[in-house]
Amino acid sequence: MSQPLLTAEKLALSIGNIRITEALDLHIVAGSSWGILGPNGAGKTTLLHTLAGLRPPDTGTIRYSGKAVTDYSPRELARERGLLFQTELSGFPGTLFETVLAGRHPYLGRLGWESPQDLEQAATAIVQTGLKGLEERNVQTLSGGERQRMEIATLLAQQPRIALLDEPSNHLDPGQQIIMLRLLRAHFTSTDRALMMVLHDCNLAMRFCDHLLLLKGNGEHRAGSVKTLATAENLSWLYGHPVTLEQIAGHACLHFR
Amino acid sequence: MPRHPLRKALPLLFLLVLLAAVCLTLSLMIGSVSIPASDLWSLFWHDDGSVQYRIIHELRLPRTLSAFGVGGVLALAGVLMQALLRNPLADPYILGVSGGAAVAVLGAMLLGLPLAWQAPMAFGGALASTLLLFALAHHGNWNTSRLLLTGVVLAAGWAALISFVLSLSPPMQLPGMLFWLMGDLSDALHPGLPLVVLFIGLVIALWLSPALNLALLGSQRAAALGVEIRHLHIMIYVLASLLTAAAVSIAGAIGFIGLIAPHMLRLLAGSDHRILVPGAALIGGSLLMLADTAARTMIAPMQLPVGVLTALFGVPVFLLLLNKSYGGRS
Repeated sequence: MSQPLLTAEKLALSIGNIRITEALDLHIVAGSSWGILGPNGAGKTTLLHTLAGLRPPDTGTIRYSGKAVTDYSPRELARERGLLFQTELSGFPGTLFETVLAGRHPYLGRLGWESPQDLEQAATAIVQTGLKGLEERNVQTLSGGERQRMEIATLLAQQPRIALLDEPSNHLDPGQQIIMLRLLRAHFTSTDRALMMVLHDCNLAMRFCDHLLLLKGNGEHRAGSVKTLATAENLSWLYGHPVTLEQIAGHACLHFR
Repeated sequence: MPRHPLRKALPLLFLLVLLAAVCLTLSLMIGSVSIPASDLWSLFWHDDGSVQYRIIHELRLPRTLSAFGVGGVLALAGVLMQALLRNPLADPYILGVSGGAAVAVLGAMLLGLPLAWQAPMAFGGALASTLLLFALAHHGNWNTSRLLLTGVVLAAGWAALISFVLSLSPPMQLPGMLFWLMGDLSDALHPGLPLVVLFIGLVIALWLSPALNLALLGSQRAAALGVEIRHLHIMIYVLASLLTAAAVSIAGAIGFIGLIAPHMLRLLAGSDHRILVPGAALIGGSLLMLADTAARTMIAPMQLPVGVLTALFGVPVFLLLLNKSYGGRS
């Protein structure tokens, strides 16, 4: 089998006194789509940022394509992995097109200007996320959902090998949630890419992921394929609330009792 | 597909160069002896032994070029501080950097140190004030509103120290001290230094500008897109402090250019630093040339310190910006 795109070995992680993971092993191979589920404050975002190399773990190693994350230059790393953040953008004026173009930063030449290909990548990502026509709009005047789609477009323009997404369905209406997750899965599980996303909606996770990582929030975790892990018993354990699963129109559907 | 950002901005940058040329010409023409535009060209190139030739070459040209250099440097320092703090209200004057310089110079004058010490003291004072600001406000991350508030309070502290020194000083020294407090270009007749500082600052800031664009999106976003954010923050901080210190040591504490020039450019061209950096330097230089021309002619034969004019113009602009940033309207 080919080398995993992202590997974590014996990862221990904590914030203050809260243990997030004790010895987490992950192997994310090309073509896979991972969902991270867990209650509020379980450390899902912190784990995502640690995997991205934005903060160091307590112990353990993280590798991208076999090379330790600390051995990458920031620019090289930005071609390996991209992030979608949960936090809001700052308040400087700028157009939507300029913001999406920021995704091309890891590829800029010596003089720091975009090539025609960079502009094309950004324009394509804008079309894919359904934002065509809004290119010249001031970012500050966009709605929450449009802004979220702009951030997804920025990530698509970045073209990383692994996308680490923090609640990609935030601010999106139910229809757009399906459209955007379909787009992300189609883009990142084809060829040599992969996808990992924090989700709160278990139904979306079961529909769009093939692997799950359940973070309990006390250092315990369970990881594996959706088939083995998405059971009423596991999810009841995870959220500390009784859960039933039903099949509706071919999709597993979750009910909190 | 939208046009390439450089192609979109080139006409604007060209216009700004033109604006700078117009301001330069105006400031050469206007003054106690007015020189008509028709004579300017020949007087500029040919020494006909006239008084006008000497006025242009020995007084107006060096002074107005100094104004351009200092204005450009201040605008550049403003752009950098605004990127560092992610706040369009940051400005060396408002953050107390200029005040620190003024205190250092006034202290030196009160102690009777030689005249040659004044510029180095201003430089050291500005640098020390910036260091103090960041030491007081930096706690693991750059919290922007905390930094801004710390700077404003620091500026108030410097103002108190200034009043203290002024009340101790012999009356003869007061006019010289006011020069540093309000900013004045009447002695800035060596434009070489400010122009060289402006050039070096521009080259470094342009080199940093793709990363500055990402820094505006926030530290984490910038890091995720391949910016070495800690290094970048240190570089911006050092460069902005050095530029401010240089400007203050040449022309005293001139306020608000660092605020107005970047703001005007953001209105015209957005927040792309590859355009903002050269554009703000051009507008800042032009503004200070105009302000200085007004300062030396408005109440002629007396001269106003140019800092008085920039503050009169700058305060309403600051309030307007504050209203826009925190008033909830966009």
